[in-house]
Amino acid sequence: MLKGIAASPGISIGEALIYSKQELKIENIKINVCEVEDEIKRFEKAKDETKAQLEMIKDKAEQTMSEKEAQVFKAHIMVLEDATLYKKITNNIMQNMLSAEAACEKAMNDICIILENLKDDYMRERAVDIKDVVSRLISNLAGINNLCLNDLERDVIVVCEDLTPSDTMQMDLDKILGVVTDIGGRTSHTAIIARTLEIPAVVGSRIATCKISNGDLIIVDGISGEVIINPKENEIKFYSKKREDYLLHTKELEELKNIPTVTKDFRKLELCANIGSPKDIEGAIRNDAEGVGLYRTEFLYMDRKCFPTEDEQFEAYKEVALKMGNKPVIIRTLDIGGDKELSYINFEKEQNPFLGWRAIRMCLDMPEVLKVQLRAILKASHYGNLLIMYPMITGIEEIRKANKILEEAKGELLQENISFDEKVKVGIMIETPAAALMSDKLIKEVDFFSIGTNDLTQYTLAVDRGNEKISNLYQPFHPAVLRLIKKVIDASHSEGKWTGMCGEMAGNEKAALLLLGMGLDEFSMSSISILKVRKVLLNSSFEEMKIISEKVLELDSVDEVIEFIDKGYK
Amino acid sequence: MVEKNYIVKNETGLHARPASELVQFVNKYKSDIRIIKDGCEYDAKSIIEILCIGAVKGTEIVISVQGEDEAEAMDNIVNFLDNIEE
Repeated sequence: MLKGIAASPGISIGEALIYSKQELKIENIKINVCEVEDEIKRFEKAKDETKAQLEMIKDKAEQTMSEKEAQVFKAHIMVLEDATLYKKITNNIMQNMLSAEAACEKAMNDICIILENLKDDYMRERAVDIKDVVSRLISNLAGINNLCLNDLERDVIVVCEDLTPSDTMQMDLDKILGVVTDIGGRTSHTAIIARTLEIPAVVGSRIATCKISNGDLIIVDGISGEVIINPKENEIKFYSKKREDYLLHTKELEELKNIPTVTKDFRKLELCANIGSPKDIEGAIRNDAEGVGLYRTEFLYMDRKCFPTEDEQFEAYKEVALKMGNKPVIIRTLDIGGDKELSYINFEKEQNPFLGWRAIRMCLDMPEVLKVQLRAILKASHYGNLLIMYPMITGIEEIRKANKILEEAKGELLQENISFDEKVKVGIMIETPAAALMSDKLIKEVDFFSIGTNDLTQYTLAVDRGNEKISNLYQPFHPAVLRLIKKVIDASHSEGKWTGMCGEMAGNEKAALLLLGMGLDEFSMSSISILKVRKVLLNSSFEEMKIISEKVLELDSVDEVIEFIDKGYK
Repeated sequence: MVEKNYIVKNETGLHARPASELVQFVNKYKSDIRIIKDGCEYDAKSIIEILCIGAVKGTEIVISVQGEDEAEAMDNIVNFLDNIEE
């Protein structure tokens, strides 16, 4: 068995095809002065030939892929026609007296060395694009036709060192069951394209092309990252079952898209996504999120040398607002400190950082920082449906102080004639026992609550969630935590307001039922959990879970709660 | 000649697709357009040179434009970079 990186989920079982490119042996490296002109002509001719091939690939890409993906192949044509590349190659021929093939190869290597030394993974992998184009050019010069993946006789799993963009473009998709590569990571071209095309893939196995032979029966498990070579009968059985389950599961979930989340007895719930940057919106939309329940803004502040400007923040918030349209997006104001620090703020060493200078406490000490953020959120609220949420609240004064800064920001924008949503809703995170116990008072100052179960559990049970020695004590299902959650939800409902949850608990299928029974209105989780939770909630009854949850809240211990839940609430 | 300091804002930086869009865009102008990073000059009309900059989010660059349409080109390039879609 080989172990690689799970790059694209799914399981495939089939015959291996080793896809290796003919080694380009470049001979006749040096040329004479009298040959220069001929070599330039040969290069020009091969360049035209290559261009025609790339145009064909690009046309195919435009028909079968999104415009964004097809742009990669437009970029390939630009690489081929690039003046810098042309100059390098012709210089190699005219001044270094290299043959056209050698001239192309040297130019390619010179450029790739620069790219491969870049710090960013994504950038570094763009060397693949350059190699792809120039190798094709060299093949054309040498008159080599490589094995193509576009004319396969039967279904295969492609095993190769790596796939280039033009390889994948020419692939005969109906016949390719899976992909295994020696090199690459989750951001490599092969991984990205396999996910887009939904072909199971394991990348970075290091030795697949050595260990696997043409015609071997292999199993690719793109979920675990495992590849099994010549599997035994029982392994085939096991993976066939796993494959069927996976397909059934994804098909079922697929059918749950664009369906509102309503229980059998017609209680409407909202399933939202937790995001960390505008990039994550794509996944939220793909998984049919009904909104964003938590936009963690701290990533805007991290990995830099100074605070992000109002404009930078505005751009990010605006992008999220626009992409989500009229769906609600809850933006949490800066929640830093605890385990996350910023290089440009002096966080003094604290005995208990989780009980220390963090989140709203820090922001209220630096009101200008909070005001810049609130101004940026308000400005962006004009472009969508944004809500504001303060983290780490323990008392009513903190809400009042933060809201005072919000009012100042609104006043400034009014004076500056900048439009924003004047009725923007404001809520707080409930993540301290103090806030939960005072929720009936706090709700009068805000429009909604969102429960952060990770911190609420740690603070309620006095358990450091990073400490492995006591990790068995970290129990979100502890009756103490559950009772606080119930209290918070009830407090919001008694004022005609609502409560959401943005901790990991909301994305847990078993917990979701209990939370439904306790009256939770909005569930926010990682995008990939949304459809799973929707499935559970669609098949549930609110009235039934309400009675059951009342029983759960009367149990004596966390063990009893967990046992009860594991038995299917019976 | 006009010059302007600029910090790359988009999440993934000037990788293949944004770089090719930028090159297509700047080729509309007659001016000589260069990007300077850490003292090295790169031709903005060459996709290979743009890729070699390795401009990730937060990279500080100088945009330098020289030619008959330099003012117009500079404004539009900055605007273009500000609005790169991921």
